Amino acid sequence: MGLSTRHLLGIKDLNEADIQLIFETADTFKSVLNRPIKKVPSLRDVTIANIFFENSTRTRLSFELAQKRLSADTVNFAASSSSVSKGETLIDTVNNILAMKVDMVVMRHPYAGAGIFLSKHVKAQIVNAGDGAHEHPTQALLDAFSIREKYGDVAGKKIVIVGDILHSRVALSNILCLKQLGAEVMVCGPTTLIPKYIGSLGVKVEHNLMKALNWCDVANMLRIQLERQDIKYFPSLREYTMLYGLNKQILDSLDKEITVMHPGPINRGVEITSDVADSKQSIILDQVENGVAVRMAVLYLLAGQTPA
Amino acid sequence: MQNLTLLDGKKFQITIQRLCRQLIENHNDFSGSVLIGIQPRGIYLAKRVAEELRKILPESTILQGDLDITFYRDDFRRRESPLVPNQTKIDFIIEGKKVIMMDDVLWTGRTIRAAMDAMLAFGRPEKVELLTLVDRRYSRHIPVSADYVGIEVDSIASQKVVVSWKETDGEDKIVLLSEQK
Repeated sequence: MGLSTRHLLGIKDLNEADIQLIFETADTFKSVLNRPIKKVPSLRDVTIANIFFENSTRTRLSFELAQKRLSADTVNFAASSSSVSKGETLIDTVNNILAMKVDMVVMRHPYAGAGIFLSKHVKAQIVNAGDGAHEHPTQALLDAFSIREKYGDVAGKKIVIVGDILHSRVALSNILCLKQLGAEVMVCGPTTLIPKYIGSLGVKVEHNLMKALNWCDVANMLRIQLERQDIKYFPSLREYTMLYGLNKQILDSLDKEITVMHPGPINRGVEITSDVADSKQSIILDQVENGVAVRMAVLYLLAGQTPA
Repeated sequence: MQNLTLLDGKKFQITIQRLCRQLIENHNDFSGSVLIGIQPRGIYLAKRVAEELRKILPESTILQGDLDITFYRDDFRRRESPLVPNQTKIDFIIEGKKVIMMDDVLWTGRTIRAAMDAMLAFGRPEKVELLTLVDRRYSRHIPVSADYVGIEVDSIASQKVVVSWKETDGEDKIVLLSEQK
């Protein structure tokens, strides 16, 4: 049995069996990554285009490394240095790339739904590497995989997502993925950064960081997305840090040991301090390592499907 | 389906013991040799052979691992859906060792080709040998032959050879399944 979807556009497309299949496959890829030869030939006849209309470091590198570890051929495309700046449309850009016999497209785009739109107009399989403030499915999968690795299971765990929920594609994908796997999810942040109808996704809402931390097993600290905030949502970064920043003192004051996560890139001293980011309770670097294995699993499972 | 039992009971056990004796002739105390079972079914053969060798050579350390070949198969993207991998468990170094690869049935040879590829990701062995419980002769797609063979079977493509193991299936048995006309 393979995945129930031909594209990975969002966690919404996946059922629990799909997520478990991705995790089991990623387990094996993680062991491959720890071998002397970290490469398998599975995707040697597959060409993948990484199309990034928005800046990215770790996601692009992680996808590229995953593709190379699977022996796929890859081409990279950054919109800022392409014909998009001359006025070419998204479909034209992608169709031109596909005319060069590309099988799969990994796309990041600043607009929500760009991947869904593209999947309806082109034959290649699309992997959403982040579309605006909508979804970032592989990040959610690697986050849940990291929690599963730490605790053995995601079901029953209490996870709080702290920070800019309003602009965060990571938050939405995380909520959908964690809920699908049976976790309890809470969001925490200033009222202005929590969407009004977030409760309809079955999550708890908390505005007090200490209460949230006392409740949870895992705190996923989101980055404040200054680039997506055209108006001010809080008076100052300093005030945000005082109310929602996580430091070692707070961590030590809790009567239990919680796990700290962050999807990166970290604004050190804003969402979390350096001593928290580098502490034993932080699994940030595990998340990065797991990202390659999870993306290998997603690409492997999608590429293995019979072409449409 | 018509079933023809090729080997079971005492004869099955004797076949395994004979294979072990043949291995000892070439590998002595196994200080420079390791056993690798190919996932999924070859691991049962490798475990059984290792168990027998430990009985015969109680002083020796018999190293045995499981190798998954899923990512090295040549039929990826030619199947309805991708195969879900099994676990690879090789807790020892194969660099410079004599490796005895094991699979329950040798048929087209494609599994063995993939296994050679997969194994080389763990290092460069001094020598590689192949042990199979059943050799389905005359059906090779690739020029592969086994160094140690339990039984040889002449079969046609539509037939199936199924090996059952006491540990997992309740009995040791090799059956040839033919479609009834």
